[in-house]
Amino acid sequence: MSINRRQFLRRAGVITALGLGSSFVISGFRKKEVAEAAGFAKAPKDMPAKRWAMVVDMSKFKTEADMNKVVEACHKLHNVPDFGNPKDEIKWIWKDDYHHTFAGGFNEYLDENVMHSPFLVTCNHCDNPPCVKACPTQATFKRPDGIVAMDFHRCIGCRFCMAACPFSARSFNFKDPRTHIDEISPEYPTRTPGVVEKCNFCYERLADGLQPVCVEQSNGGLIFGDLDDPNSEVRKIISTKLTIRRKPELGTQPCVYYLVGGGEHD
Amino acid sequence: MYKGGKIIASLIIFAALFTIPFFYNMGKVNAGPDVALDTPAIQRLPASEQQCVESPEFMKENHMQLLNQWREEAVRNGQTVYINSQGKKFDISLQDTCLKCHATESASNPVVLNNPANSTGVSNPALNASPEFCASCHDYSAVKPLCWTCHFEPKEAVK
Repeated sequence: MSINRRQFLRRAGVITALGLGSSFVISGFRKKEVAEAAGFAKAPKDMPAKRWAMVVDMSKFKTEADMNKVVEACHKLHNVPDFGNPKDEIKWIWKDDYHHTFAGGFNEYLDENVMHSPFLVTCNHCDNPPCVKACPTQATFKRPDGIVAMDFHRCIGCRFCMAACPFSARSFNFKDPRTHIDEISPEYPTRTPGVVEKCNFCYERLADGLQPVCVEQSNGGLIFGDLDDPNSEVRKIISTKLTIRRKPELGTQPCVYYLVGGGEHD
Repeated sequence: MYKGGKIIASLIIFAALFTIPFFYNMGKVNAGPDVALDTPAIQRLPASEQQCVESPEFMKENHMQLLNQWREEAVRNGQTVYINSQGKKFDISLQDTCLKCHATESASNPVVLNNPANSTGVSNPALNASPEFCASCHDYSAVKPLCWTCHFEPKEAVK
């Protein structure tokens, strides 16, 4: 038996229509969404804010031990592993020198103390975060309260965000982090190999009505609050004192402000 | 047919070999997974809290979608409270809400950190041979959830 072109096309069309139609019959009537929930809500103690920001008052950090305390508290709480070598280092908040912190701000008459003391640096939770733009899976995203957060479930480890971040605030888990955590903190999950991580402004603590752990451990050296609220302490400091930010010329609008050598404030 | 006899004979032998497992297991009753919904951990709870976030039938069918919804809402939308179909509120937390009831025998399962034999580092409710939870069904259906590569068992278990 042989068929001509017209018959062939007609039969192919009928079969295609049958196939598409039956697949609709099978899947179209099935309920797709399983939500039985009445809904979702914010935690009762959740602290609302429009723009979380942080001020680092360098005058309150007299010694390096003061800074180490802050770094250790954060890394302990969030199960940040210590691989013991700088190449694999994972950091959420860390110390860096003047040149790396405020690149381009150098002049030869700069105060010796400022030049040679370390600065506390962390993710700046920028208003225009380049990491969010670079992320192909939206694992990194900006929350309505200004926090640049990560969904570790969705991170595929492409490290575009690390290349995009001008502050080196992101670290990659080249190895299994679980075997390099001295003391597991059950308050926060660990990560897996192949996932990027960074500071999250402790949004899990904000939902419980707590301040970020670094702020709690800083003896007033770190001030955290809502920039959008004219009565917040951060807003008052930033609007009355001269503060500087890291690499403002890049236009990412960092939300971590530094009070450097500005003398005492209340 | 050219060499028809050999071809047909080979086909019959092939079909017989291929279907041996089906005939071998025919008529044998396969014991399904043993999911205990009335464990000591659950019995210890007050009566008002013994009910899961949704009905057992719903959870059996849809717990994976529910967990995905919880993840999206908690991580991406900052909504950390789930209001169920009865209007009851639950904290969205795998560790503190789900595993409060569906824990393995935490006390007898100390954490085995740094143990290379344990691929995930921490005792794993989804893989442990516990009659109580994830493992019983997930072993049966050979589905390995990855929750426990990052998340922990309840706080008491980790100490």
